[in-house]
Amino acid sequence: MSIREIHRQLAKKERSVTEIVEESLHRIKEVQPQIGSFLAINEEGAIEKAKELEQKLSTTSERGILAAIPTGVKDNLVTEGLTTTCASQLLANYQPIYNATVVNKLLASDAIIMGKTNMDEFAMGSSNENSSFHPVKNPWDVNRVPGGSSGGSAAAVATGAVTFALGSDTGGSIRQPAAFCGVVGLKPTYGRVSRFGLVAFASSLDQVGPITQNVEDAASVLQAISGHDELDSTSVNKEVPDYLSALTGEIKGLKVAVPREMLGEGTDPLVKAQIEKAVKQLEALGAHISEVSLPNLEYAVATYYILAPAEASSNLARFDGIRYGVRQGKNLLDIYEQSRSNGFGPEVKRRIMLGTYALSSGYYDAYYIKAQKARTLIKQDFDNIFAEHDVIVGPTAPTTAYRIGEKISDPLTMYLDDICTIPMNLAGLPAISVPAGLAQGLPVGLQIIGKAFAEETVLRVAHAFEQTAGRLQLPALGGVKA
Amino acid sequence: MSINRAQVEHVAKLARLSLSEEEKTQFTSQLNDILQFAEKLNELDTDHVEPTSHVYPVTNVMREDTIKPSLDREKVLLNAPDQKDGSFRVPAVFEE
Repeated sequence: MSIREIHRQLAKKERSVTEIVEESLHRIKEVQPQIGSFLAINEEGAIEKAKELEQKLSTTSERGILAAIPTGVKDNLVTEGLTTTCASQLLANYQPIYNATVVNKLLASDAIIMGKTNMDEFAMGSSNENSSFHPVKNPWDVNRVPGGSSGGSAAAVATGAVTFALGSDTGGSIRQPAAFCGVVGLKPTYGRVSRFGLVAFASSLDQVGPITQNVEDAASVLQAISGHDELDSTSVNKEVPDYLSALTGEIKGLKVAVPREMLGEGTDPLVKAQIEKAVKQLEALGAHISEVSLPNLEYAVATYYILAPAEASSNLARFDGIRYGVRQGKNLLDIYEQSRSNGFGPEVKRRIMLGTYALSSGYYDAYYIKAQKARTLIKQDFDNIFAEHDVIVGPTAPTTAYRIGEKISDPLTMYLDDICTIPMNLAGLPAISVPAGLAQGLPVGLQIIGKAFAEETVLRVAHAFEQTAGRLQLPALGGVKA
Repeated sequence: MSINRAQVEHVAKLARLSLSEEEKTQFTSQLNDILQFAEKLNELDTDHVEPTSHVYPVTNVMREDTIKPSLDREKVLLNAPDQKDGSFRVPAVFEE
């Protein structure tokens, strides 16, 4: 159910806030055994908040733009009083003593936080198989992955357990699971949304954003969470526009670029067919389509898998078993090594190793600086295209959701699948994934990429496309329908 | 360039990770695959290219130097694996 529909029901007094919240709780518990979207359910907190909000709404007509909306929060965003684990054993008992800025903004908008959503440990992974507690299953086919790392958020939204959920996107972690689960996922421009209270993975790439059932909801949530934050000096001091008013349905004359490299050899022909169909639909809406080239796209994965692990190895140095987390070992060096080695899972260790190597003496120039220079070239490719076009479109992922276990044993193969989403993080650009039909019963995501801080344009195109293509029905659980 | 087992052990030490023999074998092979893949970047001529560390060029973000409330000490220590007298406690760093 959309935010608009819930607010209509509230206004007509068809349902109370408590009823809305109880229904969400019921659905969360109903699908949790099969799907595993949640790491913690905030049952008491949500009911209490619902009562408070009912009280408030009985005395004032002013309500926040997310009032009464059941919300999921990815478990790498700190929530005061609600365990935050990053799906890691190392933080299994971590109780934050403050809220992430985006969480405070949700609360200020009267959203109801229903629980913390599952993820790949420390947001490292593309399939959710790296959660150290339990994997998440794809609601369209429980034998398949939901994508990652925000797989819990995407699956929670796709099952209708919550209306929306926050995710984080370092190399595609909002968009790719949204595509795999048939929902909408928006990665804002780097700096649009505060990262304060987001447990850092790669600080120059991380960005928080919404996963929703439709584009209008994505606009509402972005409205609520955007803006400058003095606690995050990389958040940009730029006015937040009215995103809802950008959804005009009108894209006549808009210049749309389609990079041929995003539909190249590695793209599943079934995905390619859906994207080509989507491009035709945009053309029918009056957009001007042209084929373009991103010549350095082929270097994006290598660039990312040097830079992101390098930043991660530095950020994750704080998990040392001293101030929080699970401490193991006897003397000081033991404590560092044992707490980290027993606390981190294999993918996290692999990336710490890779990043430490790339930053180590003798290899820093060859790997880290080289990758930073490649990043410049990749960003320039986008600058060149955006000099003459309004948006870029392509697939969100080269395939639909794959089978659980299919790629987990070969890290490089899984990394290569991030090709369509990584470049936008390297360039800091806003990008949305919006459902573009099904291929053999599994959702395909159309990705729409905009200029820096052009979220309005990205949302406008996504919304116009959604009006034409139609929304996907939420999946029936238990496997793909024939 | 490739990474051997001795380098894996060295990097693990730098990263404060103690790896099992099995992990060392696995990481040597996997890191080699990934680093070999990263060699692809050497195809790029980057002689006259500036490195990008941040896409949005913000520098020297200043604020007024005013006193604000900080986190409550007792709350901060709630997550501490070990504490004493309002401080985090660790084993002795220097032996007698």
